[in-house]
Amino acid sequence: MNNRTPQRSLTGPEGRVPQFSEGPEGPGQREEPTRRPGELTVRELLRWSWRQLTSMRTALILLLLLALAAVPGSLIPQSGVDSLKASQWQDAHTTLTPIYRKLGLFDVYSTPWFGAIYVLLMVSLVGCIVPRLRVYWRGLRAQPPAAPQQLLRLSDSASYTTEEEPEAVLARARAILRGKRYRIRRGADGDAVSAERGYLREAGNLVFHLSILFVLVGFAMGSLLGYKGGVIVVVGPDAGFTNTPSQYDDLDPGSLFKESRMDPFTFHINDFHVDWLNTGPKAGMAKGFRSQISYCQKTDCSDEKNYDLRVNHPLKIGSTEVFLIGHGYAPVITVRDGQGNVAYSGPTVFLPQDATFFSFGVVKAQAAKPEQIGLQGVFYPTFIMDDKGNPTTLMGNDLNPLISMHVYAGDLNPGGGPQSVYALDTSAAKEVMTPGDPKKALRLDMTPGQTVQLPDGLGSVTFDKVVRWNRVQISQTPGKLIALGGVVLCLIGLLGSLFIRPRRVWVRARRGEGGTLVEVATLDRSGGGDTAAVVRALTQALQEEKK
Amino acid sequence: MTEHSWALLSNQAVGAAGVVYFLALIAHLVEWSALRSVVPAGRIGTRADAMVSTPAAAPPGPTGDPLVEEGRQARLETSGSSAANEERGELFGRLGYLLTVIAVAAHLAALVGRGMAADPHRVPWGNMYEFTLSGTFVVAAAYVVLHRRLALAWMAPLVLTFVLVCLMIAVLWLYEPVAQLTEALNSYWLVIHVVSAILATGAFTLGGMTSAVYLIKARTGERESGWLSRVPSLDVLDQVAYRIHSFGFPVWTFAVLITGPIWAHQAWSSYWNWDPKEVWAFITWVVYAGYLHARATAGWRGRNAAILALVGMATLWFNFIGINYFSSTSQHSYAAPAPMGSQSVTR
Repeated sequence: MNNRTPQRSLTGPEGRVPQFSEGPEGPGQREEPTRRPGELTVRELLRWSWRQLTSMRTALILLLLLALAAVPGSLIPQSGVDSLKASQWQDAHTTLTPIYRKLGLFDVYSTPWFGAIYVLLMVSLVGCIVPRLRVYWRGLRAQPPAAPQQLLRLSDSASYTTEEEPEAVLARARAILRGKRYRIRRGADGDAVSAERGYLREAGNLVFHLSILFVLVGFAMGSLLGYKGGVIVVVGPDAGFTNTPSQYDDLDPGSLFKESRMDPFTFHINDFHVDWLNTGPKAGMAKGFRSQISYCQKTDCSDEKNYDLRVNHPLKIGSTEVFLIGHGYAPVITVRDGQGNVAYSGPTVFLPQDATFFSFGVVKAQAAKPEQIGLQGVFYPTFIMDDKGNPTTLMGNDLNPLISMHVYAGDLNPGGGPQSVYALDTSAAKEVMTPGDPKKALRLDMTPGQTVQLPDGLGSVTFDKVVRWNRVQISQTPGKLIALGGVVLCLIGLLGSLFIRPRRVWVRARRGEGGTLVEVATLDRSGGGDTAAVVRALTQALQEEKK
Repeated sequence: MTEHSWALLSNQAVGAAGVVYFLALIAHLVEWSALRSVVPAGRIGTRADAMVSTPAAAPPGPTGDPLVEEGRQARLETSGSSAANEERGELFGRLGYLLTVIAVAAHLAALVGRGMAADPHRVPWGNMYEFTLSGTFVVAAAYVVLHRRLALAWMAPLVLTFVLVCLMIAVLWLYEPVAQLTEALNSYWLVIHVVSAILATGAFTLGGMTSAVYLIKARTGERESGWLSRVPSLDVLDQVAYRIHSFGFPVWTFAVLITGPIWAHQAWSSYWNWDPKEVWAFITWVVYAGYLHARATAGWRGRNAAILALVGMATLWFNFIGINYFSSTSQHSYAAPAPMGSQSVTR
């Protein structure tokens, strides 16, 4: 082992053409002895670099580098994968964050250094495969090589003597080998039959490598031209969604994405159904989510269609796909200000904090007068007091819904800029206290239908009812079938290159002293190893069919 | 049978399988200790394959496998000096194999019971406990099936120890009562995707063991006696490891790069999310691609290829254990119940 001599061109499973340029001396030195050793012209240097790049060893090292480079992206939260986690991590690690940011470690898979590795790998692959295509093309049309002089010197060989004429034996050998789909050497072949099979192994190998390029093209199309976005849609005929960028809560378009390519459609959610497990070890778990949606392919909506949107069953509209990926509760809250006018009313999306759907949300009644009113608090779908007297929720189903809110009064948007609808800026507002107990913050614990008057003539808050919302992911992924086709081809090629055995077989029949001496030998060029069986089977077949 | 009794059957079958695996391990240890003093003659590709019956009873005709041939030859050449020990070793070797077969059958019963215990019935690989149960089953069953074909008798103590340890970990720490699948897992892709991942994991584990033994043997050199002297020659080990890996790699490709993305596209809307689990599955794929590549690259065959195979196995197991327990961002975190929040109707 560990010999550095170049292997035969078809040795291993990935047998690439071996390169001879692994030593320090480049090609071309010997041609012009007047130059100092190691000195290369620009052209030679380029050629030398090209050979280095396309050598098997470089390909292997690049492959391992790619694996290594992918590691940090799985350990450090990626902003492209989970932006919330990434920003939380950045807040928690103030010293590391600037360094990591410089290295692009929050977006590993689109950094230049990650790109450099796979681009080099692809160049190396192309540089290796293209010359091999030529070699393979020539090899495909070539005759199987003539039988070596000393067949019995090959490690897998056998011989026997027979009374038959040599020609009869050879004719039979030809028939048997042809039946086994060997290619037989045509023309004068002396006293031997030369045959070869397994040409598809190298084809498989080439297909495997070339289809990787297909996969990359498909993948690139998806990430450059496509987009992915999410939106929370409240269940009910009043809410809905129109497919334009402004309607998305978050939109992650590829860098070549064009708005004009978005499919025009609208939909709204008629009903959302969840099955809750009430017994068993997973009691409290939700399953069987079903969202009955109505959608129209155009914006004018004359031809409405219905679809049951479920997990694992996306809806396809044109080239866009719609996925159900989350759900939660939106308590309908109405805030009346001190003058009795409705300052805020509608379903308010509360974000679930854990598997029990204990949820957090805010209300901003910025139209309220004299002062803006803000509510911030939590939602319990099935409110109970636990053994220690703490409020909690039994499960995610809304069997006993309750909201528990703190109240703020004052300017809720002192900066005047855009704000998250899920967070309340209380820096310029003051918390409303319980009447009669100025040290205790006022807490509104309300069940549906309840109305509570706020102190100091601020107004009132009504908890009307609870509706649900769905989080819907919408995406357009061009090139996905190209990528899939590429991977399938890749697998087919791989199977060919791993399991097709390129094999040469020779049969020689010569008249000797005691009759006709028949020699059988085989050479497995993949180093696969069951050649002894091939020889044995062929010898047996030759003898059996004698009759 | 009710769901409850199926679950009970499954638990008892796991226990029974564990006990029988342990007995099999003891039988093989007795085998090796009996053969310790026996110097295997022939010295080429020696292996004390007690299972492939005695030469006299060996089935005639071509088996065609050089590994088996080599083993048979080695046995033929074994000197008769310590015949008694040899005989005892062979007896216990056969007993160990028989016990392993029985344990594998019990293991299978445990899996079937697990699937039948769920309502509705389902495939038994919905959580880490079940995945470990299935994965170890594949390792053990592959060993039993390939035992003859690849002459794996030398591997018995390794496989049995590994399977026992994994089963213990599964029962002690990973156990979860039978439950319904979460919504996202409720797809026929669970059958196709996970079964191929389990098959490949089992194959890579067996291949990794072979490569580890290759490295140990390459380091210690040829021994006169003891366990290593009965392990096949380096070339044969290399060949066995290659055969196992070349089965595992296409299956892994199918699991990670075809069925995985298709399912991810259906459930999560994009076929490749750079989710930590996906990234590590890709890393494993690249490392094993490197392994196959290395065997064609001068200077990388043998030892370096074996090291790569072990690196591949390490990434594989890190993906299974590490990502499930340490990664908070992975959508594949089945280890702890993830919140059913806005991000995760699908886990």
